[in-house]
Amino acid sequence: MNLFRRIFFAAVLSGLAAGLAMSAVQQWRVAPLILEAETYEGQEAPAAPATHTHEDGTAAHSHDAQEAAPAGHVHDEDAWAPQDGAERIFYTVLADVLAAIGFALVLAAVSVLVGLPITAANGIVWGLGGFIVFQLAPAFGLPPELPGMPAADLGARQLWWWGTAIATGAGLLGIAKFRNWQAIGAGAVLILLPHLIGAPQPPHEPSAVPAHLATAFAASALSAGAVFWFILGPLLGYLNTRFAKAEASQTRMVHA
Amino acid sequence: MTTATQTQTINLTLSQRLVAGGLALVLGFVLLGGIGFASDMRVHNGAHDTRHALGFPCH
Repeated sequence: MNLFRRIFFAAVLSGLAAGLAMSAVQQWRVAPLILEAETYEGQEAPAAPATHTHEDGTAAHSHDAQEAAPAGHVHDEDAWAPQDGAERIFYTVLADVLAAIGFALVLAAVSVLVGLPITAANGIVWGLGGFIVFQLAPAFGLPPELPGMPAADLGARQLWWWGTAIATGAGLLGIAKFRNWQAIGAGAVLILLPHLIGAPQPPHEPSAVPAHLATAFAASALSAGAVFWFILGPLLGYLNTRFAKAEASQTRMVHA
Repeated sequence: MTTATQTQTINLTLSQRLVAGGLALVLGFVLLGGIGFASDMRVHNGAHDTRHALGFPCH
């Protein structure tokens, strides 16, 4: 279990640090845009159709999710929600850090499973990979969206998000592991495939959220993500190497 | 014995890697699933801004 303990602590510590840094950038540049967008939530966009229709022969699907949270996304009044202000920021930072630790664990796990060690020196490449897999590639089809913007069915988007992340990750790992033309070809296909299939598209409805908020949000969210991944990768690599060295020297002492 | 132990620590066996890596992978996905994808409204509301900021599909 030494290996698990080592990668667990390396992931938790690096996730904590990188997650807090990401939270700081988010509270500075991303969260204010969410709050501003919420002031438009529930407002009818100019000339919005009274009933929401799908123009392009959409396959039969359920609108349960949208019915539970109708147009303009009104939160379920009965469910707990943090108070705006300090409480909301606290839960956002907590969720940021937990998600960051989750990403760090996935990165460390993949490194061990695939047999590509993550070090301080190559950590930046792992960070770039994580950024592409979990943010850039999904955002290419589903740009980070503000509350109140029209969007396609939630389940379909979540499925496309995961499919894209997994296909992109598999493609990049294959290229990194085998470094031959076959892997590059297969990797390119895996990375392109989700975008050729296409992400679930939002209905053609006008949005009450102003366009300049939406574009600023997409850019800021991706930038905060880049800050996170470029700290996480090298830090996880550094801690991983350091813990491995400490463990090896301990083993030497025990058996000397 | 000493050399064997050292080699094992540095060049980990496949089963060690599978167990540790598998465990960490599951734990990581459970965290990401909970923060980014759980449909419980309380979890959704607490992690709402994180979901939007990280580009997870929300609502």
